[in-house]
This record gives sequence, structure tokens and C-alpha cells, in this order.
Amino acid sequence: MTALLELDGLTRTFRTRRGTVRAVDGVDLTVRAGETLGLVGESGCGKSTTGRMLVRLLDATSGRIAFGGRDITRLPPRRMRPLRGQLQIIFQDPFSSLNPRRTIGSIIAEPLRVQGVRDPGPRVREMLERVGLGAEHADRYPHEFSGGQAQRAGIARALVTRPRLVVADEPVSALDVSIQAQIVNLLAELQRDLDLAYVFIAHDLAVVRNVCARVAVMYLGRIVEIGDRDTVYGAPAHPYTKALLSAVPLPDPVAERERERIVLRGDPPSPAEPPAGCAFHPRCFKAQDRCRVERPVLAEVAGRQAACHFPEVH
Amino acid sequence: MSLLTVRDLTVEFPGPRGTVRAVDGLSFALERGRTLGIVGESGSGKSATSLAIMGLHAAARVGGSIELDGTEIVGAGREAVRALRGRRMAMIFQDPMSSLHPNHRVGEQIAETRRLHFGASRRRAREDAVRALADVGVPAPRERARDFPHQFSGGMRQRVMIAMALACEPDLLIADEPTTALDVTVQAQILELIAGVQRDRGLAVVLITHDLGVVARVADDVLVMYAGRSVEKAAVAELFTGPRHPYTRGLLGSLPRLDGPPGAPAPIPGNPPDLLSPPGGCPFHPRCPERIDGCATVRPELTGGAHPAACHLLSAPEEAAP
Repeated sequence: MTALLELDGLTRTFRTRRGTVRAVDGVDLTVRAGETLGLVGESGCGKSTTGRMLVRLLDATSGRIAFGGRDITRLPPRRMRPLRGQLQIIFQDPFSSLNPRRTIGSIIAEPLRVQGVRDPGPRVREMLERVGLGAEHADRYPHEFSGGQAQRAGIARALVTRPRLVVADEPVSALDVSIQAQIVNLLAELQRDLDLAYVFIAHDLAVVRNVCARVAVMYLGRIVEIGDRDTVYGAPAHPYTKALLSAVPLPDPVAERERERIVLRGDPPSPAEPPAGCAFHPRCFKAQDRCRVERPVLAEVAGRQAACHFPEVH
Repeated sequence: MSLLTVRDLTVEFPGPRGTVRAVDGLSFALERGRTLGIVGESGSGKSATSLAIMGLHAAARVGGSIELDGTEIVGAGREAVRALRGRRMAMIFQDPMSSLHPNHRVGEQIAETRRLHFGASRRRAREDAVRALADVGVPAPRERARDFPHQFSGGMRQRVMIAMALACEPDLLIADEPTTALDVTVQAQILELIAGVQRDRGLAVVLITHDLGVVARVADDVLVMYAGRSVEKAAVAELFTGPRHPYTRGLLGSLPRLDGPPGAPAPIPGNPPDLLSPPGGCPFHPRCPERIDGCATVRPELTGGAHPAACHLLSAPEEAAP
């Protein structure tokens, strides 16, 4: 399969009063047409910044983004516009991403108007039905919707232009559990019907496991492990991935009481003051002298890539 | 006698569009040394329950009975409830900043509790505060006692709030979504801390959460709430191995899991009820895949010994049961 999206050394820095922060620091990534890649990590790891850069909502400081083989890293807005329909994003909070003064129909029609579609009505109605809303919802306002319905509208807006790649940035984490599963299944169904690729950004490792065939784990602006879902979840190579998985409480009291748990010390570090060497070393249960001075790079480890001097599997 | 006994609790919020009955006839008891998990989704009434127990419900009408070690809280005067709150029960929240004063040093805030409720001298109270911070795993507690809340990270701030809650040496700790805002690696630390103090001090803990994984990790007993009512109560292992209410089964089936084979979860259809016009009969009936005659009209009562559930299927003839 050909690469739909390629990121090469993607980096984003922000200037703050405390100096320059590298929110994303040299991310290499490939997304194939029709696949779902999970991007997981804790707050401040750079997963959302990466997502925003790859749909060009945020400019990269350095590195390269290629979409469909074409370098789009620095395309000016005028030349980016025709591509916007192919590259879309779904946000976490449906209410703050839907204009409260516009009807749902007009919100969903907007991306079509940008693409120059003169009569968006039929496509808006078709999309509403695809996401499980009815044509009658077109005249309603966002505040009349429940959280799940509003997220369905957000999905309709992102998909109405028939994109090839959609970044879903925490698309279910603001929703109740019983509704989350509805939205997850809807996203999977739309992927099958519309041949979409997703970059699925989430902090919830269990959701990502159910949705994504491949997964990338980020820590402090870098990818520390990337590979097939079953490989990474089944036998994590990076100690951070292992600790992250072991921290998630399982909905099974018997397993919970018997399970070996790695409780990391401290908080995730601030990207304003990244530790030397491996960024994870101050919290790592395996850290040695080498980890404190030498930054590990992503390398092939037992069927996936991991950035660790002393991986858990070989 | 149970430390906490809640009987037929109702909490109502009058509003311009009508009255919302957030809690509707809730009863449970909690012993010392045990952790009760109250699970529910938004609008289930789990947080309104905790605020009623703490007597922090300015705008609400509270009915029924809440007894803490024999003392009635519902209808008690503000001063009486305030005394209980400072001395017998304490609460921790999702957002620590909601219970910490932003302009006071954390050591002073903890020390004030010791002076107010235990008559400790200034010097003694200061020492108590440092020890309280040390007990919850704040490194360099003597130095950190002089810091302001904003100088702490999210996880450390949660520890400070727990230290403050424990400074009044409560018998009952109410933890309302205490780890929801935290990263999962920090959540693991805080859950371990809560379980540790619970064990060491023999506290009774009410843990309010939407996360069944958190319940499985720390609770002894579980109460599942839906639309203001308790729909199922059980010891934690029984709830997970043999859920009796269709809502509990639906909730477990819709969970994404790290254990077991990956795959599409089975969602609960529909949306949570509008509490301004709740459905008649069983509040879950519009979303229930197993509803039978009567579910839409007759309200099911909680029945069934040590593992009760409020569902007509449980009293229906054998062939109707799942």
C-alpha cells in the first residue's frame, strides 16, 4: 500500500517566558490509505500538536508533511484550500467546535461551500443520515443536541467533503461510556463505507486498542514506540509503554488484585525542561547511566520500533 | 451500626424550566474500613448524592435521611453540619483548586484545620501540616509547605488536597472523581495513596466515579446509579462477574477493554434521560434491550438479598429471565 501521509522530522517549538519549548520533536510517521493509526500518550506529549500540524491548522517549525506524495508543509492558504476537503479533523468537545448561532445543517454545509459546491443541501442530508441523525436535525441548533448527537454532527461536518484522511483528536473522551461505543462504532462503519484513513489521537489506551490496527506511543514530543496493535499491546518493548498499560485499571476486580503493577514515580516532565538523554529516564524503572546521557533513537525491536537502550523484549 | 446510613434520599433542584429530581429514593449503608464505589454516567445523581452527604447543597431540596454515626444530617442546622464536615467527614474533588485557597500557602491551610478543630498551637499545627504532607508522599514536605497551590503539579496538588482532607482525621472520606483529570500514570499513584490511607486509618470511603476500572481496582462494594436511582448494589466481584441489571450489563459491554480480544464494543442505544421529563416506569426502559410489559409503566423496586437490582426481569417468570 502506498503512503497517504508521510511525516519526516516534524517539529514544533513554542516561545514562552521560560524559553523555547519543543512540543513536538522530530516525529517520523507514515499513514497508509484506509488505515487507522493510533497516537497515544499523556498530557503534554505532543499528540494533539502533531495532529494539528498534519492538517495544517498549525505550522510546523521544521520537518516535512507529504500528503498523497505532495509536500504540503508550507503551502499557502490559497493553495491549501482545495486540499482541505481531503484532510479533515474531528475535535474532542463537539459543543465548542460547533458555532452555537448556526443551524447544524448550515454548519455541515460550510466545508462544501468552501469547496465551491453551490447546492450543498442533498449532500448535507445524506451525511446526516449516514451519521445516524435525521434530515429533521438540519434546522436545529447545537444546544438542542445531546453530547453524542453533537459529536455525530461534528463527524458529519468532517466527512461531508469525502476526505481521505481524518484526524480524530480525542473524539470520544468527553462522552459518557455508553455513548462512546456508539461513536467508536460509527467511525469504524464510516471508514469501511468511505475508505477513510484515521489518525486517532487519544489518551485512553483501551479505546485505541479497539479502534486502531497500528499504534504510536508518544512521550515528551517524540515517538517512543510504534508498531502493530497486537505487537505493542501484547508485548510492549518500551518501559514507558509497559508502565502506561499497567497503570490502566481493568474492569475486572479479580485480575486487578492479582496483577503486577508498575507505578511510575513523579509526573510527566515539562517540555520546557526536558531531561537529558532519554526523556523518560527520571521515571524509568530500568534507567542506567547510559540513559541519562545518550538519547535513544527509534530502532527495530522484535517486530516494531522502539526508542530504548534496554527494551523489554528482544 | 453502620457509620453512614442513607435512607430514601431525594435531592431536587428547582429551576426555571421545572424541578430536576437528581436523586430519587436512594438508600445504602457503609461500614468503617470499607470502600463503596458509586458508579454512574452524567446525570445519574452520583455527585448530587455526595454533596447531600456533605451538606453542600445550597440550592437543592433534600429529603429522606442521612445518618453519620447516629447523627442526622438532613435538616440539621448549618453549624451542626459544618462541625461534622470539619471533624468527621471530608471530601476530595476532581479539581483540587476548588478546595484549596489559591492565595494561602498549603502548609497554612492544613495547619488551620488543626488549629480550628483540634485546638493545636500554631507551632504544633505547623508541624502537623508538614507531617500530613509527608504522609501523602509530598517530597521535601517542610519546604513544600511554604508553597502556594499553583506551584504544585496536578498529581501533587491532588496529594495536598488529600492531606488537607485527612488533617481533620475524618471517619468518612468522600472522593468525587478524584483521578478523572489526571494522566493514567498519575492516577495509578493517587489510587494507591487513597487505598493506603483507607487501610491504615480504617476510613470509610465513598468513591464516586464513571470509571468501572477504578471501581474494580479499589472498591469493596458497588452501587450503580441511573437517572437518580440505584439500579444495582453488589460486592465488587459479584457485580463484575454476574451483573443483574440490563443497564449494568450494557455498561460493561460498552467498555473498551485492554483484556480480552479487541473488537467493536456493544453500545447502549439512545441517550441518557432528560431529568426534566424522566421516562415513566423504569427510567432505563427506553434504552433497554430486554424490556418487557410493565417496564414503561411500573417502577421496579430494588429487590434481591445481598445483590439487589431494580428490574422487572428479576421478578418475572423464569422464561423471561436472561
